[in-house]
Amino acid sequence: MTQKDPKLRVLPSPLLKQPNTSARVMRDVIYALLPATVAGVWLFGVGALLVLLGAIAGTIWGEYVFSPVAERKIRLGDSSALLTGLLLGLSLPPTLPIWMAVLGGLVAIGLGKIIWGGLGHNFFNPALVGRAFLLATFPAAMTNWNAPAGLATIYQSNLAWPFLQGNYDMITSATPLGLMKFQHHSTAFSNLIFGNTGGCLGETSALLLLLGGGYLLIRRAIDWRIPAGIFLSVIVFSGILWLINTKYPDPIFALSSGSLMLGAIYMATDPVTSPLTPRGAWIFASGIGFLIVLIRVFGGFPEGVMYAILLMNAVTPLLDRITQPRMFGTPKTNPLQPGKKS
Amino acid sequence: MLANTFLHEFQHGVHPPEHKDYTAALPTQRMPFMGQYILPLNQNLGAPPQPVVSVGDRVLRGQPIAEPKAFFSSTLHSPVTGWIRAIGKRRLAEGDFQEAIEIEADPYATQRLDPQPRPDWRKMSRDELANEVKRAGIVGLGGAALPAHVKYVLREGVKIKTIIANGAECEPYLTNDHRIMLERPQAVLQGLEILQTLLEAEQCLIGVELNKADAIAELQRHIKPDQSIKVVPLRVKYPQGDSKMLIKSLLGIEVPKGVRSADLGIIMNNVGTLAAIADWFEQGLPYIDRRITVSGPGVKQPANLLVPLGTPVREVLRLCGGLREDTKEVIVGGPMMGIPIASLDAPIIKISAGVLAFTDKEAARPQEYPCIRCGRCVEACPYFLNPSKLARLAKARLFEEMKNAGVGECVECGSCTYACPSGIPIVQLIRSARADISRKKGKSS
Ligand code: SF4
Ligand code: SF4
Repeated sequence: MTQKDPKLRVLPSPLLKQPNTSARVMRDVIYALLPATVAGVWLFGVGALLVLLGAIAGTIWGEYVFSPVAERKIRLGDSSALLTGLLLGLSLPPTLPIWMAVLGGLVAIGLGKIIWGGLGHNFFNPALVGRAFLLATFPAAMTNWNAPAGLATIYQSNLAWPFLQGNYDMITSATPLGLMKFQHHSTAFSNLIFGNTGGCLGETSALLLLLGGGYLLIRRAIDWRIPAGIFLSVIVFSGILWLINTKYPDPIFALSSGSLMLGAIYMATDPVTSPLTPRGAWIFASGIGFLIVLIRVFGGFPEGVMYAILLMNAVTPLLDRITQPRMFGTPKTNPLQPGKKS
Repeated sequence: MLANTFLHEFQHGVHPPEHKDYTAALPTQRMPFMGQYILPLNQNLGAPPQPVVSVGDRVLRGQPIAEPKAFFSSTLHSPVTGWIRAIGKRRLAEGDFQEAIEIEADPYATQRLDPQPRPDWRKMSRDELANEVKRAGIVGLGGAALPAHVKYVLREGVKIKTIIANGAECEPYLTNDHRIMLERPQAVLQGLEILQTLLEAEQCLIGVELNKADAIAELQRHIKPDQSIKVVPLRVKYPQGDSKMLIKSLLGIEVPKGVRSADLGIIMNNVGTLAAIADWFEQGLPYIDRRITVSGPGVKQPANLLVPLGTPVREVLRLCGGLREDTKEVIVGGPMMGIPIASLDAPIIKISAGVLAFTDKEAARPQEYPCIRCGRCVEACPYFLNPSKLARLAKARLFEEMKNAGVGECVECGSCTYACPSGIPIVQLIRSARADISRKKGKSS
């Protein structure tokens, strides 16, 4: 009888596991972004596709080059580099020279992730780090907006040689936020919803981005508190301003314009750079909403989503510390002065 | 009333698939007696009882073979009529060797155990109650193996308000508590009545998860009008059967850290423990037969069985048609907190609630990714700890910091590991860190 026993493994319990894996969560976010991606290419043309592919090539290349050889397979297997590239690409203007997109991708992985110690250790959203780098280095190319020009378009600037061509054919069709900020001119709601406006290549269609967000909520791939908190606080703060003076954008416009949807649903929800605790998530989200309104209305840039998220990324460790859950069976303590009862 | 019961429900927790339908509808069968029984002495928390028999002795089913020498201990009885064959080290489920008594059953004995006349329990004092339960060899069958009588010795001035019967059975696959409530509701209620009378408790509550509606109905049907016993349906959620969580769900009371629930006037017992108490006080039957669930995708014929203590897992599985070829892992207990065994020779002991066999499909080791700080473990932990932090500290062997982070409160329920999408073995890391801490303590003192 003894020799007929199967060879038993002693893997300690629990043996059961919920089916979601980190890799699947990343892949779900990628799937959720596909409709908006296709729409972006459809509206802005092949040039936009090239920018996207450039950014993705940059991040994957970065992950491959910067990872220890032994971990390459696992690190590429978790799809996080692909997701970073996609998010970065979607937040770039479709007219961007492709080499810049590739460079942005490399920086996103290198400065945004690897130097912190890899996935899970970074403080800032890597895609936004890449974008912030590009905006700081190439401000002109990064604000070269174009109205949707149709599928067959490749922008001349797309094909610019690295560091050689300084002048871009400025097409300057302003974004809805730019129009609002500098000319106090509002864009039709239907254009905002369907994405028929100038802007970054994946952020113009609020509707498709929301649709993907719904999918993510069903799959429980993101923390619903973060987009909900951002939307709420944007509505509240921009609503207050709008009630004071209607020259400020109304809440609906504030919600459906710029990179708010992309940022709120896909970037701020990056688990690594958002708080661990539910209470932390609420504070994080309302902070982002508040900063977005603040920067858009009073700052020098028409758009503030990127800085708002990066700033709140920076306070995430603090939020985590002060929102530690109260241990079962212990009295409430004041989070700012642990040990003291409030 | 339902809404009211859910009002206090404990927060967090997880919803693993239940898989109880393999065995929920199968009546418990008595396992036939066979050859060899291995009875480890240490089947309870605290001090193991000491053997009172020697090799070669003839023993009767139900006769004490080891007697407690300390308060935190419990009697061990022979599960069969036969001969003591050996007293020495035997390998247990955990994989280590421990003192055990080996008994060979007499193939010609009837192995019948007739009810004994018992003194009227209504006339007993609390001390007698505790003593009797100790003599009966009853330990907390819910998993902790705390000798049951320890809870009935109350601190000065404590008045018992509530006695809780734990029939939550929140571990997936297991149905042995379900079957006992269904098949022996009177014994469960009787056990409650004995405790309630002798401990002078105001009320009794039986907490049962809603996936056992038939057991709830059966218990309710048998409650006599003069009994102040209430059956409370609970939502299906893991770990509903954890004692502090069940108290929270039933009474809305958060037992403070470091406080015994008995000091708050609450006593909790597993439904199996209660039935065992009834058996002893009514018929003089000591605790020698364990109700187990044999289940899981690796078992050919899942079953609920009543087996004598000391039966090797191998024999239990043989009775159930054996293991499927592709079985990879056998667990004693539930899939969330049970113990994987390396050898099928390990015996069933007092707290073994089940034997589960898994194939690779259900129990594959997940690919481990870095922690992505998603917070799912935080939202799973019923004790409101930060498991991701505990895992990180355990990996770095920062044991002092783990203590500050509340590792002492962790009940090792495994909800965090279940929830983690990165496949980080959080509770496993916590367990081995704890083992390291206690080993260090042992060395320095
Ligand atoms: S940390 Fe401990 S108590 Fe909390 S979920 Fe994990 S195992 Fe359970
Ligand atoms: S569930 Fe796993 S990945 Fe998520 S925070 Fe906890 S340990 Fe990290």
